[in-house]
Amino acid sequence: MEIVMSLLIGILFMSATYLMLSKSLLRVIVGTGLLSHGAHLLILTMGGLKTGAAPLLGQNAESYTDPLPQALILTAIVISFGITALFLVVAYRSYQELGTDNLELMRGKEGNE
Amino acid sequence: MMKTNNLILQTATKILLFVIVLFSIYMFFAGHYEPGGGFIGGLMTSGAIVLLLIAYDIKTVSKALPFDYKKVVGVGLLFATGTAAGGLLFGKPLLTHWFTYVDLPLLGKTSLHTAVLFDIGVYLVVIGTTMTIIQTIGESE
Amino acid sequence: MNSLIVLPLLIPLFTGTILIFFAKNTLTQRWISAAGSILMIIVSLWLAATVYNEGIQTMNLGNWEAPFGITLVSDMLSALLVVTTSLIGFVCLLYSFRYIEKEREEHFYYPVFFFLLLGINGAFTTGDIFNLFVFFEVMLMSSYVLLVLGGTKIQLRETIKYLLVNVIASALFVIAVGYLYSVVGSLNMAHISVRLAEMGQSGIITVIAVLFLIVFGAKGALFPLYFWLPGSYYAPPAPVLAMFGALLTKVGIYSIARTYTLLFNQDVGFTHGLLEVLAILTIIVGVIGAIAFSDIKKIIIYNIIVAVGVILFGVATFTQESLAGSIFYIIHDMNIKAALFLLIGIVIKITGTSDMTKMGGLIHRFPALAWTFFIAAAALAGIPPLSGFPGKVLIISSGFANGNYWGAAVVLLSSLFVLFSAMKIFMNVFWGKPETYANQEKVPVKWLLASPAILTVFAVLFGFGTEALYPVIMNAAETLSNPEIYINAVLKE
Repeated sequence: MEIVMSLLIGILFMSATYLMLSKSLLRVIVGTGLLSHGAHLLILTMGGLKTGAAPLLGQNAESYTDPLPQALILTAIVISFGITALFLVVAYRSYQELGTDNLELMRGKEGNE
Repeated sequence: MMKTNNLILQTATKILLFVIVLFSIYMFFAGHYEPGGGFIGGLMTSGAIVLLLIAYDIKTVSKALPFDYKKVVGVGLLFATGTAAGGLLFGKPLLTHWFTYVDLPLLGKTSLHTAVLFDIGVYLVVIGTTMTIIQTIGESE
Repeated sequence: MNSLIVLPLLIPLFTGTILIFFAKNTLTQRWISAAGSILMIIVSLWLAATVYNEGIQTMNLGNWEAPFGITLVSDMLSALLVVTTSLIGFVCLLYSFRYIEKEREEHFYYPVFFFLLLGINGAFTTGDIFNLFVFFEVMLMSSYVLLVLGGTKIQLRETIKYLLVNVIASALFVIAVGYLYSVVGSLNMAHISVRLAEMGQSGIITVIAVLFLIVFGAKGALFPLYFWLPGSYYAPPAPVLAMFGALLTKVGIYSIARTYTLLFNQDVGFTHGLLEVLAILTIIVGVIGAIAFSDIKKIIIYNIIVAVGVILFGVATFTQESLAGSIFYIIHDMNIKAALFLLIGIVIKITGTSDMTKMGGLIHRFPALAWTFFIAAAALAGIPPLSGFPGKVLIISSGFANGNYWGAAVVLLSSLFVLFSAMKIFMNVFWGKPETYANQEKVPVKWLLASPAILTVFAVLFGFGTEALYPVIMNAAETLSNPEIYINAVLKE
């Protein structure tokens, strides 16, 4: 199972890199979304994939899944949710203001308005 | 822009809205022992408000729900930080929670937990943030 | 258990939250924020005194025992940095009252400002590697907002780049934490340190160490990853720029210093050797930038990069003496960079441009401004009685003592070029033929000058009071160079 997950994470990172290298800002944002998905899955895989037990550490539990990676992912998901939302708003505003979503045209020399 | 006829959507929304909000409140309370919680509940409630926004327009909705969502975020943060810091007053570390069991009529033995107050904070912050983002993008059109 | 440690985080959080409700009332916002920030200074000084007298303070959040829950740890280094952050926060706030337009003030400038302080103080205080990530994100999220607030074209353009770089770096941070967790099975930094020491050296740990170096290097503007900094820091107004330049990169540096002394102290030959090479290259790149540009903002921005290199060179040398030098220098640099950015902010406000070839003769109308700048510039270069000197001496002498002759020589030479770049500003902007500018009457120079003047006075006091501060700094350096002290304080073995 870990191998399959690793492949999936690799595919996610690959697509994310491809998208982030494109010129369109919206594709770049989708790319960052995929990148963070990949990172979250990576934490889950790194924490060890176990099935069949609850992620609870009871006093007398015979087996349990490590709850920590799940807590970490939840936190990371919320954070990346916030950042993606902010990124989208900034992208939208800059599309209105600059009149383009082409990163090539946004290069800009320092100091010019 | 041509005015479209939203009759089906609007009628359905009137009913669906309550179902969604009720379910989000259920999710919110379920969150303590089962899957759910403030974050999901908040997202679902804001989903309901977004449905309203799609069915009607932004003016009607802001008349029906006259909240400044940025202040909703503020109230939520106050709830969350207040609960988190509450433990400090009793000489316990930050974020220490406290709970007890009470016998309520009809409901029977119920647990009362300060984490619920914290979760209300999360719930409000999520609604506030999501709606602020959607309004900022939506208003400028 | 002492609840003091959490107050430098709670106060900005509460202040920021309360400020949200007074968005439209600028005057109330100013009073509340000033009060909150003064309270922060008092509390952080008290915390530093407590740490000095009673040793490392810890708090286990939610009452979970140390390796299982999140632990906040305040050792001498983090307490000192929290004090400096609070001070700079207060001073930049005073400056903002007259510098920032009403538009920005009404659009949540002050709440976000306090959330930025929360993120920075949190990153300095936390003892948990994932919590460090969370506080990084709090800090970065606020910095995105502060950067884009105002919504001019250049701000939007630069924010997008800054956002993208940091989103990628954050994803790498999550990945690095994931790897580390899979190897050691813990997130508490003290506990990780114990586990890593038990395991001994292995290749994967070196890989993780380098991954962390990439992550923190991207946030702290280390050599190959500094490219975003000159563009992004150019966009925001002076007080925001001062906060960014003084504090944000330093959080990255602090994280490198913390992880490379506490966690990755096994394969010093490779990891610290790499850090040393990168630090030297960072200094060289920074110096080239500082000399090449004739834009005053750019010159000071490249000086940030020089300072990053100098501090990390001290960390890479990895002796108690060099670490003490780095701590001296990081505090000095936070202080003096804020002062310089605030000063050139006044100059830009007066002249309406940041190109120094178009200015001249400001010393005739604004002598106080000119001489404050002169002292700050001298302190930046590390002229003896001022604050840059003790740190640089310790870094360079321990560099020579450890046989890093080239590195120490580069640090030494860099001071010369830094002095040159700062004096270039002084000569072009303040000397020469006096010119008249359209705005020169409208700018409240006296009020604005108060903030950098306070910081410059601190720089002078810091330089002259080195002898008195020495035991405090050595205390901090001792904790850094002996991880056992930190570990015992956190895990209470």
